[in-house]
Amino acid sequence: MLSYFKMAYRNLGRHRRRSLLSALALCVGLALLLFIAAFYEGEMRSSMESTLRLNSGHLQIRSLDYDPDKLSVAWEYLIENPQQVAGRLEALEQVEVATPRLVASGIVSVRNESSGVQILGIEPASRANEPYRRGLIAGKFLEEDDREGALIGQPLAHNLDLQVGDQLNLLVNTSDGSVDEQLFTVRGIFSTGVTTYDKGIVLLPLAKAQTFAGAENHASFIFVLLKDREQADAVAAALQSSKYQIETWKEMNELLVLMEDFSNAYLFILDLIVMGVTATVIVNTLVMAVFERTREIGILSAIGMKGRQVIALFLAEASLLAVGGLALGVLLGWGISAYFGKVGMYFGDLGLSGIYLGDRIYTYLTAQDTVNLTLLSLVITLLASLYPARLAARMEPVEALHGKN
Amino acid sequence: MEVAKLTAVTRIYKVGEVETHALRGVNLTIQSGEFTALVGPSGSGKTTLLQLMGCLDQPTSGQVVVDGQETRGLNRNQRADLRKGTIGFIFQFFALIPTLTAYENIEMPLLLTGKSPAERRERVMELLEAVDMTSHAHHRPDQLSGGQQQRVAVARALSTQPKMILADEPTANLDTENGEQVMNLMQKLNRETGTTFVFATHDPRVIRYARRVVTLRDGLIEDDRIVS
Repeated sequence: MLSYFKMAYRNLGRHRRRSLLSALALCVGLALLLFIAAFYEGEMRSSMESTLRLNSGHLQIRSLDYDPDKLSVAWEYLIENPQQVAGRLEALEQVEVATPRLVASGIVSVRNESSGVQILGIEPASRANEPYRRGLIAGKFLEEDDREGALIGQPLAHNLDLQVGDQLNLLVNTSDGSVDEQLFTVRGIFSTGVTTYDKGIVLLPLAKAQTFAGAENHASFIFVLLKDREQADAVAAALQSSKYQIETWKEMNELLVLMEDFSNAYLFILDLIVMGVTATVIVNTLVMAVFERTREIGILSAIGMKGRQVIALFLAEASLLAVGGLALGVLLGWGISAYFGKVGMYFGDLGLSGIYLGDRIYTYLTAQDTVNLTLLSLVITLLASLYPARLAARMEPVEALHGKN
Repeated sequence: MEVAKLTAVTRIYKVGEVETHALRGVNLTIQSGEFTALVGPSGSGKTTLLQLMGCLDQPTSGQVVVDGQETRGLNRNQRADLRKGTIGFIFQFFALIPTLTAYENIEMPLLLTGKSPAERRERVMELLEAVDMTSHAHHRPDQLSGGQQQRVAVARALSTQPKMILADEPTANLDTENGEQVMNLMQKLNRETGTTFVFATHDPRVIRYARRVVTLRDGLIEDDRIVS
């Protein structure tokens, strides 16, 4: 039985190669869009995840005078009895883990080499240390009562030519403004996958770090991870206190949040450009079809086809091209994204300050991006097809009948 | 009953600064059931006259009334509606849609009039039989001879049971035998169904089929006579 789609399908079959190439343009265009979206999503997820898990957490509870840029361990900048505060926080339903951390600035020196580092005192047993524990590539993890052991990142170990069991000399700025130094043994080497971070950090057990830096029973902040990071504002509001400042991950990572917003806007413009180019291919195909079929349009018009029916016929052709091309595009885009989501794309240390980006970016294609980009491509293709369709519909039958084709 | 009436119709084509007077004031009435030939040399205005009666074009001046409806002032869609329900066309160049089978070509006008699939099927089968093309129902135009294609075109023109069928040089691209077959078919359908046929031709072998012959020359009717 005859229908617009049947006619459209047969019309597309007249120039199979041209139709296939047009559908291919849509397919490649959409696959590219999906891959770009997956790349950005993967990058942002990796960056956000690394920054939150390694550096800021979802919340930080600090003393009112604490300044994260100074890394001072003077007592007036620190939280007293941090374990107590952390214990109270962990009792909250929304909190996954809360642990005190002490951050001090220091210098590692081995033989004639030295490197500026952050000394991070951690509670070895805390679940918040999972990125380091999981990333352990040599040696063993720290223990609570270890007084001479340190964990270092792989790039630092590589730069200073250190192995597990080797000794390193650590200098620290202490709470009274002086400098202390001590020899530590490398207990383990870890890699979080973020070179920028790993090359500048030395982990010590919190108790040892406190003693070493003269920050007895004090911590720089309580590092809090929530079960759902979107709860950060609500939890921060509930914890408001005159004794502490409470920073959410959004406040601590403004650059990253801004970058995410900017990326979304940038991506949208990029999407429109790619869609515009592919839609032009479809318009070109249909305009050629209109001119090739001028006489046929005249015949159809003569036997009573109205303008809107002519438009419907050409839109049916565009729809078939679009549905075919976009369906293949989804498969191709999904396939490429799945592949690079598994093996990742190695970029190495991008050296971005303040943003912890993994050395390898794993693409991540969301269902929302897939649906949005596919529908947007379909709508743009159909809107673009209105031009040739209207061109056909506006033909005067008597002139069209005198057309050459 | 009048199917078409043209009063003082002129049609001037302008190409750049040049004006061509295709019709210079034509008065013509076509009655229901006529089998009329428009004859005259090339450029005499036959095709223009058919296009005006078929609402494919509009006159420069004068009045064209089709099936009781004045066509001047009708928009594109209204003219399409009038054509769809009232007029069937047969063209010199067969004018079938190449991607559709004979069956589907005949079905096309019925699809546009919104007939149900069952009604369409019944009507198409009836017409295929009437033009003796049932065995070629599923052939595409490039698998049919010129004469077969024109028979399909005749069936398509008849599909919506129009009041008038306009045929522009329907045998011009056919050999004598096929031309005669098509003219016999049109004549038979005119007699059996009462459908009005107006056809333009300058072929004397075709003119002899007509019961009324209207002769045009230089955009004017030179002669209008009943021949049988």
